[in-house]
Amino acid sequence: MPEGGLATEASTAPAAANAHGGFWARVDGERWVKRLLIVALCLWLVVVLVLPVLQLLVKSLADDQGGFVGLAHYAKYFNSPNLFVSLRNSLVVAVLTTLLSVGLGFGYAYALARTTLFGRGLLKGIAMMPLFAPTLLNGIALIYLFGRKGLVTTGMFGLLPGVDIGIYGPVGIVIAETLYAFPQAVLILVIALKMTDARLYEAAQSLGASPLRIFFTVTLPGVRFGLMSAVFVCFILSFTDFGAPKVIGGNYSVLATDIYKQVIGQQNFSMGAVVSVVLLIPALLAFIADRLVQRRQVAAFAARSVPLVPRPNPRRDAFFLAYCWLIGGVIGIFYLTALFASLVKVWPYQLELGLWHYHFSGTGGGGYGAFWNSLRMSAHSALWGTAITFLAAYLIEKTRQLHGLRQLAYFLSLAPLALPGMVIGLAYIFFFNARGWDIAGVFVANPFNWLYATMAILVLCNIVHFFSVSFLTATTALKQMDREFETVSASMGVPFTKTLVRVTVPVCLPAILEIGMYYFVNSMATVSAVIFLYSADLPLASVAVANMDDAGDTANACAMSMLIVAANILIRLMYGASTSGIRRRSQAWLTR
Amino acid sequence: MTRRWLRTTRKLMLTPLLLLAAFPVRAEELLVYTALEDDEIPGYMELFKKSHAGIEVKIVRDSTGIITAKLLAEKDNPQADVVWGTAATSLMLFDQAGMIEPYAPKGLDKVRPFMRDGNAVPHWVGIKAWETGFCVNTVEMEAKKLPVPKSYADLVNPVYKGHLVMPNPASSGTGYLTVSAILQLMGEEKGWAYLDKLHGNMSSYTHSGSKPCKMAGAGETEIGISFAYRGFMQKKKGEPVVTVFPSEGSGWDVEANALIKKAKVKESAKTFLDWAIGAEVMAAYAKVYPVTAYATGAPVPEGYPAEPEKQLIKNDFSWAASNRARILDEWSRRYDGKSEAKK
Repeated sequence: MPEGGLATEASTAPAAANAHGGFWARVDGERWVKRLLIVALCLWLVVVLVLPVLQLLVKSLADDQGGFVGLAHYAKYFNSPNLFVSLRNSLVVAVLTTLLSVGLGFGYAYALARTTLFGRGLLKGIAMMPLFAPTLLNGIALIYLFGRKGLVTTGMFGLLPGVDIGIYGPVGIVIAETLYAFPQAVLILVIALKMTDARLYEAAQSLGASPLRIFFTVTLPGVRFGLMSAVFVCFILSFTDFGAPKVIGGNYSVLATDIYKQVIGQQNFSMGAVVSVVLLIPALLAFIADRLVQRRQVAAFAARSVPLVPRPNPRRDAFFLAYCWLIGGVIGIFYLTALFASLVKVWPYQLELGLWHYHFSGTGGGGYGAFWNSLRMSAHSALWGTAITFLAAYLIEKTRQLHGLRQLAYFLSLAPLALPGMVIGLAYIFFFNARGWDIAGVFVANPFNWLYATMAILVLCNIVHFFSVSFLTATTALKQMDREFETVSASMGVPFTKTLVRVTVPVCLPAILEIGMYYFVNSMATVSAVIFLYSADLPLASVAVANMDDAGDTANACAMSMLIVAANILIRLMYGASTSGIRRRSQAWLTR
Repeated sequence: MTRRWLRTTRKLMLTPLLLLAAFPVRAEELLVYTALEDDEIPGYMELFKKSHAGIEVKIVRDSTGIITAKLLAEKDNPQADVVWGTAATSLMLFDQAGMIEPYAPKGLDKVRPFMRDGNAVPHWVGIKAWETGFCVNTVEMEAKKLPVPKSYADLVNPVYKGHLVMPNPASSGTGYLTVSAILQLMGEEKGWAYLDKLHGNMSSYTHSGSKPCKMAGAGETEIGISFAYRGFMQKKKGEPVVTVFPSEGSGWDVEANALIKKAKVKESAKTFLDWAIGAEVMAAYAKVYPVTAYATGAPVPEGYPAEPEKQLIKNDFSWAASNRARILDEWSRRYDGKSEAKK
């Protein structure tokens, strides 16, 4: 491939050189600029990703004084019965969550992609709600619904017969995680279900296959890659999430809460590093499996495919209408309950409504200062994250230099998919707070130490945490653009920067905005990575939720979550409004 | 047109850069780490601001375990100037790690011997003691016809099975002082046997020491093993909670202050430590805590026993601090993660 690319460059260059004097100098300059940028990108990825993870690995092999102890921590950990209990619990939770969220999500996605259901836009919006909230909120909402004094348990405070389902423990964790993973499964499956060739269905029908047979022989095989992706994503999410088990887990320990207990509770950083590595392995395996599977997916949707347009079918549609509104209703009830709980004075004893819990006086976490910091951090993450991600995707996708390094950068850009937030957070503490390293007897001071406890490290951490998905979005958008743009511009002697700014960026603007929104929303809601990293000076809203819940101020934690959700919905609406405008203008070239 | 757009973009990109750059370089200020309760701090800080308008104090508040972890994590590069109102057993850990700069604050001579470190120039100085108290939800107890427990011994009564919550001693200062008190009162062997039984009744262990009490206040549990102050505060908020002091005596720890050893120790840090044991703020502590660094003459706060010091067990701090790691290991081995959630 690189040879081909270079050949194109070489063949167009002389023609252009005749027209413009001094062109060679510029072209060479450009090549060097591109090379430099690619090297810079790789260096950046190494510093923000590879070195911190290495530092984490080293830490797990060292004692608290920094002396090398080999696998002693691992031996200790594997000898304790707690590990296997937590590991088994984590696996049980992850498997159940994956089955539930992919199972339920498949039906929901099917309804959205393959039926002519009424209110699909609204249904999609409701399903996406959990993306806007910290996972802690799922746990908190569950307590207000199914806790000892929950709405369901007490039967609306005695109006109805109540039922206690024993929410503290695996039941609660699985429900909360399913809620968390559900939108991700739906998103992936909707895309998979839409990318289907209608001709296959026509063929099957004309051959007289029953709907059931068509489902098993056409529909399912058609979406198998999407299905596998959804399974892996849901598995990793629920295996590594820490918010929900922390709130609702009771005494049911999982690996993610073990890390928290080791690090925050017992100041045992080495052991925290060990558990992180244990947590990392299954996530890494799932990631590799997913990559291997996806590699085999070539052109499932070919250029000649005919998109499937759903046709009305009253009986099927009625079934899915009931199904979707049932699920959508459950999700809606969750967040409405949380909203209600944040407004009640003393649940369940004084049910007056008011804004007491929104004052955040006399509670920890940092109140509105923390909320403001989160907004700022998310804006920075959105801005810088989008710029870096897009540039990275551009360099990897649209340049022809340094093939090997670009491959490396591509791999590193996808690697964060396999990194749980807590692992990133912990790795960042170890790496950025290190004074320096002894390398072959020479002490090298840490040039990045100044970043520790600043806003910049939080932003960096978010960018890395959410890099892969954004990167894939950018890459997809760039792939849709014909390479001719670059070739033609170059042959006309236009500097690549100008092409980038005047053509590539405007054409990709919808994708760019989507990336920005993705960074913002996730940075607002994330807890796992930043909980180890936030500094005294910079409390964050999502961490405040965790801390207030820790202190038992559940209503305040709920109120803060509501603020986060509100901010994210606002951003989502702004995104929706701006893209519809931009899409019309910047994508005008697509219509004739 | 394009150029203007470019310029705007550039400006937009630069603004966050400037904001980021502006961050680490702030005017000198005092960074104070504390494990005092969130609803105590604002009142005390108002007093400080009144008398020391020139010093800007930044407070970092978290539960004992987290503050301890934070400080130890920053050992090589300490951020805090002062630790205020944090468990003496934790300060002893910092001391072992060589993180404390000894300092004798003004008015030290008034401080009672058991409320300070024994060195002539003390490594830590206490401000008040906090102690175990059971928070009991009266509405739920009546509904379930449960008797209000009076002692540790009562808590292992099978009728309370699933109605108890207590803090995890690994992360909570309150949790640790309670466990250490039980082991000191009963001796290790009987103490662990008791904790085994208690574990049988426990519905869950929380991360922080105040949460069990707040859960009791919200009816999520009937009885929360917590600390006395929290019980009185939840009652004030309108929650149906009474605070019970165990008849065998309460576990307790000293909330103490220390100066953090840094390359440059700020003068204002010493000023703060002087103020933190001064008469004015001591009177404020005494309003809600009966046992303070020195007698203030204030009446015992409502709800506490008439002779508050008698309620405290004979506590061996150096034993509690030096055995902390061992006890927590043993505790985790026995109760952490092994238990499934109970309905």
